[in-house]
Amino acid sequence: MRSTVAALLSKELTLEWRTRESVPAMVLFSIATYVVFHFGLDRDRVTGDLASGVLWVTLLFAAILGVNRLFVAEYEQGGFDGFLLAPVDRTALLVAKALTLFLFLCIVEVVAVPAFALLLLGPPLTQALPELVLVLLLANAGIAVLGTLVAGLAIQTRARDLIVPLIALPLLVPVLLAAARCATPLLQDGGAGALPADWLAILAIYDLLFALIAYAVFDFLLED
Amino acid sequence: MLTIAFALVFFYAPNDADQGFIFKIFYVHVPMAIVALFGFVAGAVFAALHLRSQDSKWDMRSYVTIHISVILAVGVLVTGSIWARASWGHWWIWDEPMLVSFLIVFLLYATYWPLRFSIEDKEKQSRYASVFAIVAGAFVPLNFAAVRMAESFTHPQTATTTTSAPPSVTLTFLVALAGMTLLFITLCKYEMASKHATFRLRALRRRLAGDEDELALNGRSAAPQL
Repeated sequence: MRSTVAALLSKELTLEWRTRESVPAMVLFSIATYVVFHFGLDRDRVTGDLASGVLWVTLLFAAILGVNRLFVAEYEQGGFDGFLLAPVDRTALLVAKALTLFLFLCIVEVVAVPAFALLLLGPPLTQALPELVLVLLLANAGIAVLGTLVAGLAIQTRARDLIVPLIALPLLVPVLLAAARCATPLLQDGGAGALPADWLAILAIYDLLFALIAYAVFDFLLED
Repeated sequence: MLTIAFALVFFYAPNDADQGFIFKIFYVHVPMAIVALFGFVAGAVFAALHLRSQDSKWDMRSYVTIHISVILAVGVLVTGSIWARASWGHWWIWDEPMLVSFLIVFLLYATYWPLRFSIEDKEKQSRYASVFAIVAGAFVPLNFAAVRMAESFTHPQTATTTTSAPPSVTLTFLVALAGMTLLFITLCKYEMASKHATFRLRALRRRLAGDEDELALNGRSAAPQL
């Protein structure tokens, strides 16, 4: 199981390294979204709940782009058949894909969050960086699990690009809610407030529950 | 079955005449919401049974329960909006956790048909729809828990309306709830019967038409086939 996941993961990363398809697009998209927010809100700097909202909406939409592309290579090149023929556990594909999406999101955020601090954020990012990284990691885990599930669900449909956001956005509302509430005190003007532990707990529980649900139903998406 | 349901649904109307007029909508709105949510969860259970047994009967049941629940959900949103307008003065209140979480659930389930329609293969269609129904069914209680917690941090509120209500209100509410449940079950049964009849009709027509031009005859349908 572990070696299968490692093999699949290294395949994903090699593929992304050679084609450079998803991650650069996601990064460019998030920076373009900051520019759009700048003109849409007509603000030079944002703080507190507004900053948190802008950051999370941007990251969520960038994540949807990644989710859209997640299984496309498998679908178009017949990777599903190859995987199903291999004598390995099907859950390995779920784990590998979720890890891939998680890593992609982390890489995107390494660029997109400093860019946010540079372009829009009022208070300095360094005032609560460790807490913010914790929130980002937990939210990434939730987006990765749900995104993999939705991508697997939508890959066989004709209107894939439409179905993915339609299903993923309502499912991700609790993640967005909890992550935005967690990040609000961290991005305040005049010193970071305490991290709201209850929201962090909600985020973690939501991640865990949907990881279990995804584990339970993912096998059925691969049957043929 | 239908007579019992309608008798109960109409039975509550004289019972709540002593309440304020607009409060009457409570007896339609709240049972409808509860029944719709349980319908979504029931759809998830049927979908799980479908995945386990590979029997398209269960897929049909899941499809029909979700169908009726979404129709009820539209009713819930409309009546809730009217009630909100009457009691709070606004058509839509973002502070109200129930309204918001119901809207999210409704938006999620509204994608059930686009999903079904855009998968060509019948067997795949029913399997994917079942997976969607399970995920969405699990999402319903989680979403309500999350949004309710979101609100209770800012202004705590009592969990149910019935705890402080006089017994007559409780009784009427329970009767209304039972009536709505029976109405839901009846509607589901009728929908199933209608679907069965449609398939039988199609099969007969196909035999008459000699098996040709099947799609043109049937039109596009995303309903499960038996």
